[in-house]
Amino acid sequence: MSVDAAVRVAIGAFTLEAELQVGDGEMLAVLGPNGAGKTTLLRALAGLLPIDGGHICVGESVVDDPVAHVFIPPEHRSIGVVFQDYLLFAHMSARDNVAFGLREHGLGRSEARARADALIEAVGLTDRSTARPRALSGGQAQRVALARALATEPRLLLLDEPLAALDVQTRADTRRQMREILGRFQGARILVTHDPVDALALADRILILEHGAVVQVGTPDEITTRPRSQYVADLVGVNLLRGRATGEGNRVQVGDMLLTTADRHVGNVVVIIPPTAVVLHPHRPDGSARNAWPGTVAGLEHLGTRRRVRVQVSDGVAVVAEVTPAAVSELGLVDGGPVWLAVKATELEVFPI
Amino acid sequence: MGVPTRTEAPARRNTPGRESAPTSVIVLAALGALFFLIPLAGLLWRAPWSAVWTTLSSHDAQTALRLSLVTSLASTGIAIVLGVPLAWVQARVAYPGRRLVRAVTILPMVLPPVVGGIALLLAFGRRGLVGQPLDRVGVHLPFHVLGAIAAETFVAMPFLVLTVEAAFRSADRRYEDAARTLGASRLSVFRRITLPTIRPALIAGAVLCWARALGEFGATITFAGNAAGKTQTLPLFVYIKLEEGNTDAAIMLSLVLLAVSLVVLVSLRDRWLSVL
Repeated sequence: MSVDAAVRVAIGAFTLEAELQVGDGEMLAVLGPNGAGKTTLLRALAGLLPIDGGHICVGESVVDDPVAHVFIPPEHRSIGVVFQDYLLFAHMSARDNVAFGLREHGLGRSEARARADALIEAVGLTDRSTARPRALSGGQAQRVALARALATEPRLLLLDEPLAALDVQTRADTRRQMREILGRFQGARILVTHDPVDALALADRILILEHGAVVQVGTPDEITTRPRSQYVADLVGVNLLRGRATGEGNRVQVGDMLLTTADRHVGNVVVIIPPTAVVLHPHRPDGSARNAWPGTVAGLEHLGTRRRVRVQVSDGVAVVAEVTPAAVSELGLVDGGPVWLAVKATELEVFPI
Repeated sequence: MGVPTRTEAPARRNTPGRESAPTSVIVLAALGALFFLIPLAGLLWRAPWSAVWTTLSSHDAQTALRLSLVTSLASTGIAIVLGVPLAWVQARVAYPGRRLVRAVTILPMVLPPVVGGIALLLAFGRRGLVGQPLDRVGVHLPFHVLGAIAAETFVAMPFLVLTVEAAFRSADRRYEDAARTLGASRLSVFRRITLPTIRPALIAGAVLCWARALGEFGATITFAGNAAGKTQTLPLFVYIKLEEGNTDAAIMLSLVLLAVSLVVLVSLRDRWLSVL
């Protein structure tokens, strides 16, 4: 593994305890809400915050290990960071920002500038290379920050909310460009974000951090189909329902809803319903789908070429269905309008808790 | 951890020019402004313009002027070399006694300069705490040009330290973090990131310090004495001329000091002094 870390950091009453591994060329997304410890983790990896316990290894070298009294300062770690807000140096041109790390690594001025020019070209900003950071747009500044972090060819690249400061349209463009630029980077990558779309779109694996602890690690597919907490389920948009199996037949009571499951369970359970498994009907459906409830449309959302329809079934219970735009118009779905939803028993995943 | 959200600059509520002032306030404000203006006008009105050349070209005046420039620039240099690191430590390092050190470094701003001069004399005079050992190695500050420089530095350095310290305190440290991750050593970060960031404050502080050093009188005459060509700076020279009854020369040389101060203030006004 290119990066192997077990990090324990205590800041006041907050403790971060996380383990992670990232391979060369792999991108791990660290996903979590504000205050989960994402930035703390990133600062620890970068060497801006010494860890209190555990170890951090980058490549073959141990860069932080309090027990062994090893602490390599940030300038001697082979780690590049794209900071939130980019933190471009305001008194330098875009090119000199990119050349900064090269100069600090001992390159002469002209060689550093030549290399910086090549990097600036690679991110498509040759015509902006003499501009000061404040003259750059958000997307341009982000690309300069990316070029600056990659200039020293680090083993590990850390990206702290690299898209958070951008507006919606720029985000989509910049996300695509970032994929492209990062595709040429050979080292390990860690993307810190609170936005699941960034994580799903860019990462090979996702680590979900909540309250300073890792709640789940897996590929985007694993995480979206098998989220292990409400937070993760909400984040990746899978229906996660808490209920009680009555033991009578294969029934689970969730609020006012009674679900029929494929197998028999007893006690408290969580039921996971993939949004794609939820079928919408204009009227009560006939046939085999025994899980059918009337509800009210409580929200329509775009997700790429799909539409996510939130249906309020009863007080406190809502189910998200993912359907095609055609289905939305065929069913005449409008916010607040009536709709029936149906799920096959075999599509429900039930986990006892 | 938490995502520091970028805070927008709040809308300025105290925009000048929006308010109509009560008459009584305007009268008092005008009196206040006149109090500054009238002495300047008096100086200009009484200036013996016909004697400009003879006064300014006199050997003694030129010596005093040259000495003033040399000592004030030297003390500004010393203030930068010692004051910037001091400001950095005060802004960035938490140590016991920091408040005390801050109070002591600001003290010369509020202390009567004569008192400062006496204190310097007791410390660096021939029989002083530090003066005695210095004397043995052949360094004599009192009544020497070095003494004038020391007196000016003592009085003027606080202006630089205060200004620069505030800038160090308010500089966004995350830029320094960014530079560290790019391979810059702490010293390199200071030189290439921190210093350029605080440059406006450093320039403002240095100029204020220089202007204060140029006008220094009390501490200099007490500690360094009034030796022509050695410690007799322009303010001392003006005072002596006045004592001798040579009012014309005193006025002319006062105008020189006034002109220098005005040029400095006006040239700095918009670009640098806003950081204060």
